[in-house]
Amino acid sequence: MIELERAGVTVSAADGTTRVLLHPTTVTLSERRVAVIGANGSGKSTLARLVNGLRPPTTGRVRTLGLDVAEHGPEVRARVGFVFTDPDAQLVMPTAVEDVALSLRRSIPRRREREDAARAWLERIGLGDRATTPVHALSGGQKQLLALAGVLATEPRVLVCDEPTTLLDLRWRRVVDALLDEVDAQVLLVTHDLDAARRADRVLLVHEGRVLHDGPAGSTVDAYVALMAVR
Amino acid sequence: MSWLDPAGLYRPGATIVHRSPLGVRLGGLALLGVGLVVLRGPWSALGVLVVTVVLAVVARLPWRSTLRGLAPVLVTAALVGGYQTWRRGWPVGVELAADLVSLVLAATVVTVTTRADALLDAAVRALRPLRRVGVDPEAVALAISLMLRTMPALVTMAGETRDAARARGLDRSPRALLVPLAIRAVGRAQTTAEALTARNLPPPQPR
Repeated sequence: MIELERAGVTVSAADGTTRVLLHPTTVTLSERRVAVIGANGSGKSTLARLVNGLRPPTTGRVRTLGLDVAEHGPEVRARVGFVFTDPDAQLVMPTAVEDVALSLRRSIPRRREREDAARAWLERIGLGDRATTPVHALSGGQKQLLALAGVLATEPRVLVCDEPTTLLDLRWRRVVDALLDEVDAQVLLVTHDLDAARRADRVLLVHEGRVLHDGPAGSTVDAYVALMAVR
Repeated sequence: MSWLDPAGLYRPGATIVHRSPLGVRLGGLALLGVGLVVLRGPWSALGVLVVTVVLAVVARLPWRSTLRGLAPVLVTAALVGGYQTWRRGWPVGVELAADLVSLVLAATVVTVTTRADALLDAAVRALRPLRRVGVDPEAVALAISLMLRTMPALVTMAGETRDAARARGLDRSPRALLVPLAIRAVGRAQTTAEALTARNLPPPQPR
């Protein structure tokens, strides 16, 4: 459950000006699959970062799983996984199995058990044969799967994905989409992929720093397509 | 394998070096460092170098990538050794060059035969006493792992930046390589910091 209560974020532009994004946004997201769509720079990623407290709101309040993200950032992030657009930024260990094991350091203190659990996660997502492959030698799709495995290994209750398939080709996009469809956690998916958005239970359309449309997938995606029509 | 593969990245194996306790490997490396300072003269330095090379052979280090990775160190050793030979005579020149190569090669043997996860655990254990003076062992250990991961990423980034400069006809401009590379490296550091925060890393210290 994600609750935004008159939430907004003040952001600074490169020219020194400031503007308030998303304010005032009041929504309660309890659906299992929620998609966020909108043009580049519209505020989608800011909305995603509000959910796990990476960007605390400067106005209003955001509660995820009942916890105020500004007051309980680490506790929220322990329950909310976040997948970035560029997996290279997210993968911090030299090999695949070590990166997943890093996510498990808190929950599994013994190294041998931790490694076994990490290998099991890699098997589950189809990277079992890449366990000791250096991360930099993996393809873009494999890296994104690995980033996802590192997040899923912590068994989050909410999974926020900020354009996880933008850098991927069609094949890997389908693999990541299928994996996200199987996840038990509530998923908030920021995406430019309108097919993926149409599969969501609810879609938010963010435009110029405001939630312009909020509703079922079909009508919201149609509203976005109409908004983006080249005149 | 390409030149992007850094020399010191872990390679699974079952050699006697891989199977030795991590404490022995790290303790041996520390002893070697101290020994190189204490033992004087070219013959002892060359002796240590031979021992280190034998260790590298026993650990089955991939020679091609190891030599490529060590190339800058070998060049530096040749320059330092040459200069010292000219200024202070060949025994000093040989000793300094051999010491430098031995130390870097020994460290490479340790990182090639040790998983980063195991290094992280060892670093956390070793730094635990410093917790009293405010050092967070998990944070320091994570920084070491990040360094190992970042080296190949920076090499890739440098290659991409060089290609971008070439595409614009700026092959010979150091500025066209260094300025964007520095900006990209800082950008990447910021994104990595955000990703670490999102993963709640490093784990909080037990109270």
